[in-house]
Amino acid sequence: MGKTFVKVTAEHDESGRIRPLSVTWTDGRRYGVDRVTDVRQAPSLKGGGLGVRYTCRIGGKEVYLFCDEGKWFVER
Amino acid sequence: MARTILHIDLNNFYASVECLYRPELRGLPVAVTGDAAARHGIILAKNNVAKGCGVKTGEVIWQARQKCPGLVCLPPDFRKYLRFSRLARAIYEEYTDQVEPFGIDEAWLDVTGSTRLFGDGPAIADAIRRRLREELGVTASVGVSFNKIFAKLGSDMKKPDATTVIAAENFRELVWPLPVGELLYVGRSTRSKLANRAVYTVGDLAGRGVKALRLLLGVWGETLWHFANGLDDSPVRRGGEEGFVRSVGNSTTTPRDLLTDEDVKLIVFVLAESVAARLRRHGLKCRTVAIHVRDAELFTFERQGGLAAPSCVSGDIAARAMALFREHYRWEKPIRSLGVRGADLVTANGLTQLDLFAADAADREALERTVDGLRRRFGPYSVQRCALLQDRRLTGFNPKDDHVIHPISFFR
Repeated sequence: MGKTFVKVTAEHDESGRIRPLSVTWTDGRRYGVDRVTDVRQAPSLKGGGLGVRYTCRIGGKEVYLFCDEGKWFVER
Repeated sequence: MARTILHIDLNNFYASVECLYRPELRGLPVAVTGDAAARHGIILAKNNVAKGCGVKTGEVIWQARQKCPGLVCLPPDFRKYLRFSRLARAIYEEYTDQVEPFGIDEAWLDVTGSTRLFGDGPAIADAIRRRLREELGVTASVGVSFNKIFAKLGSDMKKPDATTVIAAENFRELVWPLPVGELLYVGRSTRSKLANRAVYTVGDLAGRGVKALRLLLGVWGETLWHFANGLDDSPVRRGGEEGFVRSVGNSTTTPRDLLTDEDVKLIVFVLAESVAARLRRHGLKCRTVAIHVRDAELFTFERQGGLAAPSCVSGDIAARAMALFREHYRWEKPIRSLGVRGADLVTANGLTQLDLFAADAADREALERTVDGLRRRFGPYSVQRCALLQDRRLTGFNPKDDHVIHPISFFR
């Protein structure tokens, strides 16, 4: 249980929508976000906190990526 | 037409938010507490585990620790709570524009006009509860009724995460057996007055004659009788509709007991400056100054006195407050907490009676407005009275901005 803050490269479109493109892990490895299947406001029950939750497919796995007032984290 | 009113109470609000941010504390008894070193060391909120051990809100920390040895005490983070409160309110506002907040964690919603869009009262209540749980991770208990008083009673009946309906058909069975103290605005002293007349439950109160209650409690008796009979018709205020300000006050429990007039003067200056700044911001002046004093043994009193002319200048307010204090306090015990309040408000731009002999108040007012501007730009401590620097530990607080949560009255 817990969370890890990560660096995110994202696309902001004209209407203000944000789409994360890739996530850079703490060790510098970079993972492309293949698809974003769901976006909603939600609490992070595993990591603690609250934010906009992006349900992402990264390397065939489903990952919750949270944006909490501009800071991004993934649950661990 | 019968109204549909919801009262939403976020369960164990501060504690729920803190637990949400620290999943490792789940299952442990958790309490949010004030700062013990600054002598605000009481329980502000607790989670259900701590509640199960008998920990009560308002208790001193050491008392709670005796009941519940493993209690995890966390400092409050009001910024976080305000954010949740704002997000919750945004959800409410998707269902109606009539949202009246009552403190930071409670709100009344009048959904009478939305029932055709979103379903009846209980359906909306359940939808809001689900959304609070899924989007914010906090639970709420909701009371659904045809007036604000019963809606509030309903939200207290089942906790956590539940909807209680009190309808015109069944309120006699649900509400009347409750002890009369459950009713809004029946506090300790009203309760004991009523108990002397064998009024113990809400039903007893509802069954009494209005005239007898008015003799006993004055106008309040009549109001409470209306409450008990479900006749309360006070409206839910629309979002953003500010209540009419009746008085502006600040108070504080000081980090150490106050022992001399000098100590009191420092605190009075800090409080008076905050009161004056808030009066100016609202474009008001006060004609009466009131002080509130609590000694080390928690004996409390309030005294008030008039000003020669309406004022929003901190010097005038502080001087009047100090005069009141000197007149009414004999220093038999040290003082724990002090408050200063400006009441009997008039609008600042009205015509004023000039004084032939006193110095012109307009100059001092202009000076204080300049100080307001400096503080806004460079921070609250950029310009201070020299006297306040004598004891920074005592005066190092900012009542105007530190406390964002003000208790509000039902009758605004």
